[in-house]
Amino acid sequence: MIDEQHVVKVGMAEMGTIRSQGLIRTTGLGSCVGLTLFDPKLRLAGMVHVMLPSSDIAREGTLNVAKYADTAVPALYEQLVQSGASPGRLVAKMAGGSQMFAFAGGGDTMRIGPRNVESCKACLEELGIPLTGEDTGGSYGRTIELDCETGILFVRSVQMGIKEL
Amino acid sequence: MELFRGFAEFKMDVLKEVGNIGAGNAATALSRLLDKPIDMAVPKVQLLPFGEIADSVGGAENIVVAVFFRVEGDVPGNLFFILSPEAAKKLLGRLAAIEIAEGDSFSEMEWSAISEIGNILAGSYLSSLADFTQLSMSPTVPAIAMDMAGAILSYGLLQFGQMGNDALLIDTTFIEGKHEVEGQFFLIPDPDSFEKIFTALGVPTDYD
Repeated sequence: MIDEQHVVKVGMAEMGTIRSQGLIRTTGLGSCVGLTLFDPKLRLAGMVHVMLPSSDIAREGTLNVAKYADTAVPALYEQLVQSGASPGRLVAKMAGGSQMFAFAGGGDTMRIGPRNVESCKACLEELGIPLTGEDTGGSYGRTIELDCETGILFVRSVQMGIKEL
Repeated sequence: MELFRGFAEFKMDVLKEVGNIGAGNAATALSRLLDKPIDMAVPKVQLLPFGEIADSVGGAENIVVAVFFRVEGDVPGNLFFILSPEAAKKLLGRLAAIEIAEGDSFSEMEWSAISEIGNILAGSYLSSLADFTQLSMSPTVPAIAMDMAGAILSYGLLQFGQMGNDALLIDTTFIEGKHEVEGQFFLIPDPDSFEKIFTALGVPTDYD
């Protein structure tokens, strides 16, 4: 049954949207954060796979807005609003932001997961979007899938199995 | 990526040789540990979009055992030693004089033994490169994880994340016997490290 469904795949540092039917998915989240915005009335959903917390450190020519939390969350929000979503109805869910490897010492790179989560939360707060589901942190990878009919976010990991948010 | 635009075939060959020397020495070390001949595939040097990097180890959701090292010194970068869980069990069975647990889980002792094997191999990989280039390169203490390949490898891409949407990796596979133990080394030098490698090896940096 699930195999027949329409699935939109979102790669690392990418964003995507889906409407009325099907799933939107991103795989292998480690320190990256998968964030979804959902308008239940339109059954319109968007997902972004964020890699780094802030675009301040960007050294690339053309900025890939989907890569950085501080640019990705507003960009996804705008894309959904342009597609007709009502800002007041949007709800957010997110997963990921783990620390895959534990080092003594480590420094900032090692804390990239928690920093991605913090940055995403700050952006949501600024946009006034409630965070209704979260499965972040830990030291394991996750694959997430949002059902755009129900708004349920499925989080799959090797150790924890499937969680519904 | 800007950095590698117009990257000459010749530069890629130089990086292949870097992978060849490093992994060649690591394979010799493994061969001594196992007391068996180890074959090595020709290194692959690839500039890949982030999304495709996990494909070279069976896809983003494929479960792998990875020992991760941050490389410190003149040429900072990330180094992964990657095995399938089955290969890791077989390697342990050959090498460590410990009871190997059945099934998919690994004991503390097994984790520790794999980290140490990774440590030995990474040490010989990097020290041979350091000799070859006369640059300092040393691995941090090993960190180990068993998880989705995508989640693990993305850790090695963070330095590239600031630069663009692709990363350059030097990928070497070695194989023992009839593909019973197969392991992969991924060296992902930081973007700024390439120029240092080329300069050290006498490759003109404006060679395009």
